[in-house]
Amino acid sequence: MEAISALVAQTTPADAKNTSAALGAGFAYGIAAIGPGIGIGYLVGKSVEAMARQPEAAGMVRTTMFLGIAFTEALALIGFVVFILLKFA
Amino acid sequence: MFGLEFPPINELLRWKDIFPTFNKVALIACLAALIGIMLFLLASRKDPMKAPKGSRNLAEVTVEFIEESIVMQTIGKSGLKWTPFLLSLFIFIFLCNIPEVFPIFQMPATARIAIPLSLALLVWVTYIGTGIKHQGMGYFGHLLWPPGVPTGLKPLVGVIEFFSTIIVTPFSLTVRLMANMMAGHILLVTFALLTEALLTAETKQLFLVPMSILPFFMLIFLTAFEILVAFLQAYIFAMLAAVYINNSTAGHAEEH
Repeated sequence: MEAISALVAQTTPADAKNTSAALGAGFAYGIAAIGPGIGIGYLVGKSVEAMARQPEAAGMVRTTMFLGIAFTEALALIGFVVFILLKFA
Repeated sequence: MFGLEFPPINELLRWKDIFPTFNKVALIACLAALIGIMLFLLASRKDPMKAPKGSRNLAEVTVEFIEESIVMQTIGKSGLKWTPFLLSLFIFIFLCNIPEVFPIFQMPATARIAIPLSLALLVWVTYIGTGIKHQGMGYFGHLLWPPGVPTGLKPLVGVIEFFSTIIVTPFSLTVRLMANMMAGHILLVTFALLTEALLTAETKQLFLVPMSILPFFMLIFLTAFEILVAFLQAYIFAMLAAVYINNSTAGHAEEH
């Protein structure tokens, strides 16, 4: 952390802004990926369990699973959009 | 930083205009619409043969897929009249997505926000219109206060429901499609650049050249993965549209 703050301190304001934007972008996406990662893992795990217990309901479970993944994944994707905005905008 | 020169984001996502106000993304979108229309026009010809073949076969498989795994799973039998709408959504989004892995084009048209946003607004108008058609102005009452909410909670639930149905839904539809395709595109660019940078490394770092096989294999794997993503995003967009439309008609079904 000291090395990073030294890096930020030594450079011009524009460079400092870029450095902290890149830092913030990395952390933003990294942290945004944690929750959806856990969520999708849990969701798919439970769905596989349900499909194994009741193979005849596999079609319905799969549809619901994709719906759940789509909703959970949105959080990670918003994190990715924040990453792009911080890094390049 | 590590000798890997990453082009600025505008070069990745924005192409030189072919002629003013018409760039490559617009070209891909137009081609997607044209190919979709041509495919189904060809398929709808009167065909004396008993066994369908060619484009007709493809069209039948697609229609059946939409009916069985989207409409029947979400709306049920009464929703079969929505098949054409969902089919056009699915085909158009898929044909916009697939140039991501297509040589020469190498760019999904849905990675720019314009197309996902207009499609999401189309779905938004459709499901609110369906709600008004089925339930009259009572639709907005149902929307804000689902039946069975205690009176004390009504203001809170109303605000939450308003935001989630009117604002968050089209926003998440848009961002899901756009961010997925943009992430895939940038991922492919990264590994292609890495392969190129390793292949053209300086001579004193000759051991880097055979190492370029690693990102190249990753690139091939990701290309296959992106085909899956292109299909899956079109499927999820159409399915969510069906779910929202079903939510708009559901109040009607409960009353009778």
